[in-house]
Amino acid sequence: MTTEKTLSLRDRQVDQATSRLSLAYLFVAFSAFGIAALAGMLQAMVRGGLITLPGGINYYQILTAHGVLLGLVFTTFFIIGFLFSGMARTTGGSLPVAARSLGWSGWSLMVAGTLMGTVTILQNDASVLYTFYAPMKASPLFYIGMALVVVGSWVAGWGIFAAYRRWRRDHQGSTSPLFAFMAVATMLLWQIATLGVAIEVLFQLIPWSLGWVPEVNVLLSRTLFWYFGHPLVYFWLMPAYISWYINIPKIIGGRIFSDSLARLSFVLLILFSIPVGFHHQLMEPGISAGWKLVHVILTLTVVIPSLMTAFSLFAVFETTGRAKGGRGLFGWFGKLPWKDVRFFAPMVGMLMFIPAGTGGIINASNQLNAVVHNTIWVTGHFHLTVGTSVALTFFGIAYWLIPALTGRRLTSTVNRLGILQTVFWTVGMLLMSGAMHYLGLQGAPRRTDYTTYFDHSTALGWMPYQQLMGIGGLFLFLASVLLIGILIYLGFFAPKGFTEYPIGENGDTAEVTPRILERWPLWIGLSAFLIAVAYGYPIYELIQHAPPGSPPIRTW
Amino acid sequence: MHLHRYEKMWLMFGGGALLLFVIILTVNAYAMGNMPPSHMQMIEPSKVDETPPFDKPGLRQIGENEYELVMTSFVFGYAPANVEIPAGATVHFIVTSKDVVHGFQIPGTNVNTMVLPGHISRVTQTFAEPGEYLILCNEYCGAGHHVMATKLIVADEGKE
Amino acid sequence: MVVQPGIPQPDRQHPQTERKDSSLKGTFAAVLLLGAFIVVCWFAVFSLFVSRG
Repeated sequence: MTTEKTLSLRDRQVDQATSRLSLAYLFVAFSAFGIAALAGMLQAMVRGGLITLPGGINYYQILTAHGVLLGLVFTTFFIIGFLFSGMARTTGGSLPVAARSLGWSGWSLMVAGTLMGTVTILQNDASVLYTFYAPMKASPLFYIGMALVVVGSWVAGWGIFAAYRRWRRDHQGSTSPLFAFMAVATMLLWQIATLGVAIEVLFQLIPWSLGWVPEVNVLLSRTLFWYFGHPLVYFWLMPAYISWYINIPKIIGGRIFSDSLARLSFVLLILFSIPVGFHHQLMEPGISAGWKLVHVILTLTVVIPSLMTAFSLFAVFETTGRAKGGRGLFGWFGKLPWKDVRFFAPMVGMLMFIPAGTGGIINASNQLNAVVHNTIWVTGHFHLTVGTSVALTFFGIAYWLIPALTGRRLTSTVNRLGILQTVFWTVGMLLMSGAMHYLGLQGAPRRTDYTTYFDHSTALGWMPYQQLMGIGGLFLFLASVLLIGILIYLGFFAPKGFTEYPIGENGDTAEVTPRILERWPLWIGLSAFLIAVAYGYPIYELIQHAPPGSPPIRTW
Repeated sequence: MHLHRYEKMWLMFGGGALLLFVIILTVNAYAMGNMPPSHMQMIEPSKVDETPPFDKPGLRQIGENEYELVMTSFVFGYAPANVEIPAGATVHFIVTSKDVVHGFQIPGTNVNTMVLPGHISRVTQTFAEPGEYLILCNEYCGAGHHVMATKLIVADEGKE
Repeated sequence: MVVQPGIPQPDRQHPQTERKDSSLKGTFAAVLLLGAFIVVCWFAVFSLFVSRG
């Protein structure tokens, strides 16, 4: 294949200008990932009692870095970069100029915010963890940095919306590409969800940290945070679902199971993943048991779209595997392309979502939360959800997305290394997260430096499992180093050539996608209604019947 | 919208299981009194030491082998520390914070509640087994978070 | 539950021409296993909660 042909093929997927934008997001994402992975390994080793931190570094400082850089920076940058590339890929190969400018403005704001946040964390002026619970007070620059990241992500989201609007204007009466629909749904969820944390940071924490107001309403700030905190995890999950619904069928040589059901599951995620935040506050005073139960029921409702997704995905695997000659009840399973890292990494992620999702159902089960709340079980849980299901899917995407955007080839050697990387990551997570789940059920707390609680027998009994966590952390760090190495190679050194940007076709062509699924005002309205029902009265009460507020305190 | 026959059955099974969970939780919470800790009483956080019952923290017997234990939490400890109760005692913990957000958890039991400045947490537990129970803070509260703990000593019945 | 006697499954021999309804028994079995896993784990933690009450 000549260079000219390669270039034109590549441009037919995603044009140069969009590729640059998308790569800029991915670059920040994986830079943050690398630093955070180092911090994570150190934490696991410290908690395992295997090392102590040199130079008086505070454990909670690197814990804050780990949480902020992975939970907010890595995920948000990766997601926006991925969505921009897929928008271009499925709407004609390019983005409108307005969308790209919004994309770059968002990127600049987010980078500025990330730098501000990182500097304050490095100075030990913001060791408040990524949940930054008041009345522990970080440097005002930390909150301003976080606000910039959120506002930047809004601007980038408007870029996604602009690209979607142009496509609909140019194709009136047609159903939008599934990727475009799902990208809009994801960014829409994000805009609604981040309102909570934006109000908390802009109207409560920034004025209070600057000393303009003396006190903060602690429970209100926590409630606003968790209004955002739960849809945040769906914001991580939805792009993984996009890849599972759209990229994976093409990679394995199959077709999308049902376009309509995929869209329906995303609409349900928008509706039911937001009015559920009290399930993070089940053990909290000041919120009545009745309202907690309302949120618990809505939380269990949001399981349904995931049950639908499980069925759709297995259906794609079975139909494809059978077409390749798989027989019997499960013969199709072996026919899947296990030696292709583009499938293998996300597939391990999907399988790990089974225990991950199960843990989530248990966490949200009202009084059962007493067994696991703020124990290290919760840490184990989200290292399976975001740390394994989402992360492995993002790695699997990066293995083809980066060469597709840079006009390089995913070579067979990289493919093999990618599979090795996936295995290391999975083994590390199984060790670490398995130990965390077990320890959590015994009552070991999360977010806690190495401690024997003055040699209390209960805590001493936890130590062998904490060591296991440390060993898991080592495996994860090895996998991270391998990943970064592979991605640098794919971005800058791999042979020039063509890598496919896989987009599946709808298998159920007999069915017309119902128009109502694309009536966004209806879904926004319903979402607002559910939020008003679940949060309206409780938040009114939190403001009307608040105890005296709390002054800022620095406790580290 | 076309739903495969098996998918309908699957969603009925899944939805049914979720409904069963909700019913069990609701019955267990409301009929059997196992609601999550959701006490609504408030307090001025800067005046904890002057406000009853926290002006006199400690153990108070309120029935036959039934006690109220009033405790304050602060960076980085609980008061009073190392309280002793007889085996089989039912304890109503009443806790608040004098500064930041803390946790209050006893591993091996269902005692697990957040302690927020401005709010009073209440949680009840019966301690059938004698032993030294660990009370620990499970919400990050600062540099000494990992040493914020005390003991609850459940004494053997025999020695009384 | 996996094979439904009495319900015709017309296209089982011809997967390429099938309407999807005919060949998803493996999918159904897989999701039922998944569902069973969720239920078993949930009741395990529920019994832990009750035993600690």
